[in-house]
Amino acid sequence: MKLPIAACLFLALTAARVNAADDALCVACHDEKGSPVHASIHAPLGCTGCHSDIKGFPHPGQIAKVNCASCHADAAAALAASVHAKASPQLCEACHGGAHEIVAVKDPKSPVYPLNLPRTCGTCHGNKEFAQQHGIADVYSEYMDSIHGFALTKDGLLVAATCSSCHGSHDILAPSDSKSRVNRANIPSTCGTCHNGVEQQYQAGIHGQAFAAGNAGAPVCTSCHTAHQISGVRETAFQLKTSATCGDCHREKYGTYRDTFHAQVSALGYTETAHCWDCHGEHGILPASDPKSPVAQANLVETCSKCHMGASASFVTYSPHADARNGKDYPALHASALFMNLLLAGFLGFSALHTLLWFIRLRAEKSRAGRSKA
Amino acid sequence: MSSAAENSAGNGARYFTRFTPVQVVLHAVLVVTFLGLAATGLALRFSGAASSRALANLMGGFPALIFFHKFLAVALTVDFLYHVADIGYRAVVKKQLWLLWGPNSLVPNLNDIRGFFGQIRWFLFLGPKPQFDRYTYWEKLDYWGVFWGMAVIGISGYAMWYAPLFARLVPGSWLNVALLIHGEEALLAVSYIFVVHFFNEHLRPQNFPMDLTIFTGRQTEKELEERHPTEYARLVESGELQRLQAAAPPAWANNLSRVFGAVAIVIGIVLMILTVEAFLSQ
Repeated sequence: MKLPIAACLFLALTAARVNAADDALCVACHDEKGSPVHASIHAPLGCTGCHSDIKGFPHPGQIAKVNCASCHADAAAALAASVHAKASPQLCEACHGGAHEIVAVKDPKSPVYPLNLPRTCGTCHGNKEFAQQHGIADVYSEYMDSIHGFALTKDGLLVAATCSSCHGSHDILAPSDSKSRVNRANIPSTCGTCHNGVEQQYQAGIHGQAFAAGNAGAPVCTSCHTAHQISGVRETAFQLKTSATCGDCHREKYGTYRDTFHAQVSALGYTETAHCWDCHGEHGILPASDPKSPVAQANLVETCSKCHMGASASFVTYSPHADARNGKDYPALHASALFMNLLLAGFLGFSALHTLLWFIRLRAEKSRAGRSKA
Repeated sequence: MSSAAENSAGNGARYFTRFTPVQVVLHAVLVVTFLGLAATGLALRFSGAASSRALANLMGGFPALIFFHKFLAVALTVDFLYHVADIGYRAVVKKQLWLLWGPNSLVPNLNDIRGFFGQIRWFLFLGPKPQFDRYTYWEKLDYWGVFWGMAVIGISGYAMWYAPLFARLVPGSWLNVALLIHGEEALLAVSYIFVVHFFNEHLRPQNFPMDLTIFTGRQTEKELEERHPTEYARLVESGELQRLQAAAPPAWANNLSRVFGAVAIVIGIVLMILTVEAFLSQ
């Protein structure tokens, strides 16, 4: 028999007096005086509220297993369909705490209170050996060092994303399941639950449009930001590595970027230089052919001026992706590279040969002098 | 006093001035600034190399690195312009026209071509060792190579330093060319100085481990006669030799020169090795 929670509470409250009298009977044997059962959210239900098969005293030695689902039917149904269904025989207690100590989710003492949830999930998902043994994700420490983890632990924000914000609670599904909140197809909307403004920008941009069109290669939030290790976007480490992330797909553009001073500065570990997003934008990236794009021809002076004071129409004819090997698009650069390579090879080749001949001649002279002396 | 002369070049050797004190100082500044520019510049050119990152971190990051690069660039520019002004003043105002043409000038002439082919014949055992005047063809090549390099690297460097201003004078797309030739010409300069110049002037068996003439400004009579026989004969014949005679360099000057030269050569060779390594692994 499955009763809605409200009905359970109603019964519990109206039956409180009777139950309290029953409880007095129970504690005659089961000394639970010091037990937090009295602080449990289920205390008003009385012992028989959960141990409903006990009808009187004495009761049989073997009593039935408490069925949380008799009140919490929705949660139990969701759990039964989730990845955790076969995880543990004491499923409810594994996350919510011992049966007699269960407190409300909103209670700061609850193991599933937002501030405590990562540690609770981390019991399994933060235990390297256990995770390896059971083939589950070991991501607790990654999360704790992420911007979401810091928001929770350092800033104490209840709105910070915890495990359940992205994965759900009772209804957690494997990421490969198309209905999972963290399935690739659902990631923008899952992150967009909190980062809604960003989601809107993303959907208006070329990446979001490609994603909506079903392009399997289109990046989603986690492609650039990662899942559990998400760091602040102003963090040096994030800024230094993320141009290369763009380069995972935009290989050629990243290659030509690396030939520029912008990239050289970044490679030395300094972030105040142009990265991909400084010119192209971040979430709402648009192709240069779109007049709203910061790299559209008409917007280049403004975009370059963000760093280069005094940038002019002439200045922006500089190409941040010039390719010296491409003679068709960059004839002057291509010719200069050819000239410099010939100059280098020719001059150094000539000098090296000259030096070598000189050295050989001097050795020969020395050994001849040595012989004539002898 | 006499012991210093004995220490440095045998018993009572006579010394003759080859470079003026101004030229000695200009070369020393050139050495210091070139090494610093090479180290900081190569770190940018090969910014992916671990040694580049290490140098940048050691100096206090990219801002410090680029500060030193620019500071040294200005110092070398002053050095370069001082030299040009010095030559210009002496040639034009003091009418020392021999600076611009003739056996004492660094301006190339037909004798250099003869000297070059003579030297190649000598290399190949096809002729006698050629007789050189005040400047050999490879010394002139050293000089003009550095002159050309400073002009090319300097102009492209200042173009990038003042990029928006530069783009008002010429198309901004030239800035792409500027970075390319700045880096390539620098590689040429570094390779040339740290391999060819070091060998020609310092490390080759006759001069090993280094020739102190550019540091003390003076050479012995034997050195003058061996290296520049035509000049020596000319100076003896005209009686000018006497006028060029100088005191033996004091011991401190020789020692300082050795330390300075040795440090410069070692730094140069280390930079060269790192450059080759970075070049091959890029």
